[in-house]
Amino acid sequence: MEIQRKVKYEEELDPNFLAEIKHLSGSENIDGCIQCGTCSSSCPMSIYMDYPPRKIIAMVKNGFRDEALRSFTIWLCPSCYACQVRCPSQIKITDVMYALKRKAIETNVFPSRFAIPVLDREMSRLIAKYGRNSELWLILRLYLKSRHFLTMIKMAPLGLKLMKTGRMSLRRESIKNKKQMKALLNALKEET
Amino acid sequence: MSGYIYYPGCSLKGNSRSYEESILPVFKEVGLPLQELDDWNCCGATAYFSVDDTMAAAICGRNLSLAEKTGKDIVAPCAGCFLTLKKSNAFLTSRQPKSDKILRALKSAGCEYHGSVKVKHPLEILIKDIGREAIKSKIRRPLSGLKVACYYGCQLVRPYTDFDDPDYPTTLDSLMEAAGATAVDYVAKTRCCGGSLTGTIEEVGLRLNYILLKEAKRKGADCVVTICPLCQFNLEITQGKMVKKYKDDVRMPVLYFSQLLGLALGIDKADLGFSRSIVPLKPLWEKIGNGGAR
Ligand code: SF4
Ligand code: SF4
Repeated sequence: MEIQRKVKYEEELDPNFLAEIKHLSGSENIDGCIQCGTCSSSCPMSIYMDYPPRKIIAMVKNGFRDEALRSFTIWLCPSCYACQVRCPSQIKITDVMYALKRKAIETNVFPSRFAIPVLDREMSRLIAKYGRNSELWLILRLYLKSRHFLTMIKMAPLGLKLMKTGRMSLRRESIKNKKQMKALLNALKEET
Repeated sequence: MSGYIYYPGCSLKGNSRSYEESILPVFKEVGLPLQELDDWNCCGATAYFSVDDTMAAAICGRNLSLAEKTGKDIVAPCAGCFLTLKKSNAFLTSRQPKSDKILRALKSAGCEYHGSVKVKHPLEILIKDIGREAIKSKIRRPLSGLKVACYYGCQLVRPYTDFDDPDYPTTLDSLMEAAGATAVDYVAKTRCCGGSLTGTIEEVGLRLNYILLKEAKRKGADCVVTICPLCQFNLEITQGKMVKKYKDDVRMPVLYFSQLLGLALGIDKADLGFSRSIVPLKPLWEKIGNGGAR
């Protein structure tokens, strides 16, 4: 049996990662983590995660860029804030998860058909264009982009039930002043 | 600001229509009729914050600006909208270079925001502004004998809410008791339903929702009462699969608190969106009579 190298050498770590995530998350106190594990034990998702929240914070603190950005953890976090309100060091753990998601999307380090980031991106696109989300359109785009055709077919009976009870419609929702939305997003681009 | 303007958000116009259909008559009944914010846009939910937080705060800023022009505070029944608008409001008024930049962009697009709007949840208004006793005095058809599991989920009580406890909140329990129901000791009341995970990683979503319903059943609840569209949706649509997978019949109605409160206030059953339930409501009517259908 081959013994695999598990240690990480210092030159492989990214010394700027902590500062970057601090800035992106607005949580300047990440280094105050005392590794108590309160976040991991509060997290309803930790049993499904590859690294529980406590480890993610340790990884951010120590520059494990690739591991943190490629983790399954960040996509499993539905932002329930259970960890954040309990952290004795007041670290904004949920906002750190959000920051890692944005970084992962920005640098494209996630499987392109992975449903969660696809959903996030498609929904943002719909909103930027129409100002509103249309549930059916979003779901269709999600399954097309992530190529989950089978799931789409399996979901059809539910879709029918929702339509029957008037809870889903074919209409594409939109705001009246789409021009203003566009102007706003353009103005933001100019500011940055 | 004085008075409230209603921000529905996408869910209350779509899949959680029954929430809108019941919250509006309830507010009318307690003497606070609500008007809808004109040309509101989607709050962006958790999705936009995962992609671009500057844009996310900016689109919320447009809603806040529209509300500010009406001179009213926002009431947002969807827990997701509530948190997103509240979070963005706090950020936009934090006077940082990043937030000032967004305020400038808002201004140049014709939706200037000065930071005077507050974002509130209907539960907060009912308990704090109107008061439990005032509501109790208006109850015409008490929900006697009905046992409810009050489910708050995450986004209403965490992390910004100042009107209730983040781990073991009680305002909804107290409101339901004022309406004559019995609130069971529901320890899972702020445990996460998984949000959109039920659509993206089904196995995980199913289990999370199973835990929630199992606990409600164990405590003898007749139904779950929610304040959030996504919680309601998840808890309802996963029931069939749950029974199959866990061989455990935990099925029960999942309703918006405003539907039951409306019933207790004497509003006609037909006007509270009950027909939109996918789970049969028969056990509920057996418990509290025919709901006062005229
Ligand atoms: S709860 Fe806070 S201090 Fe404790 S391990 Fe988690 S992040 Fe670190
Ligand atoms: S916010 Fe995310 S990391 Fe924190 S407890 Fe909830 S699911 Fe876990």
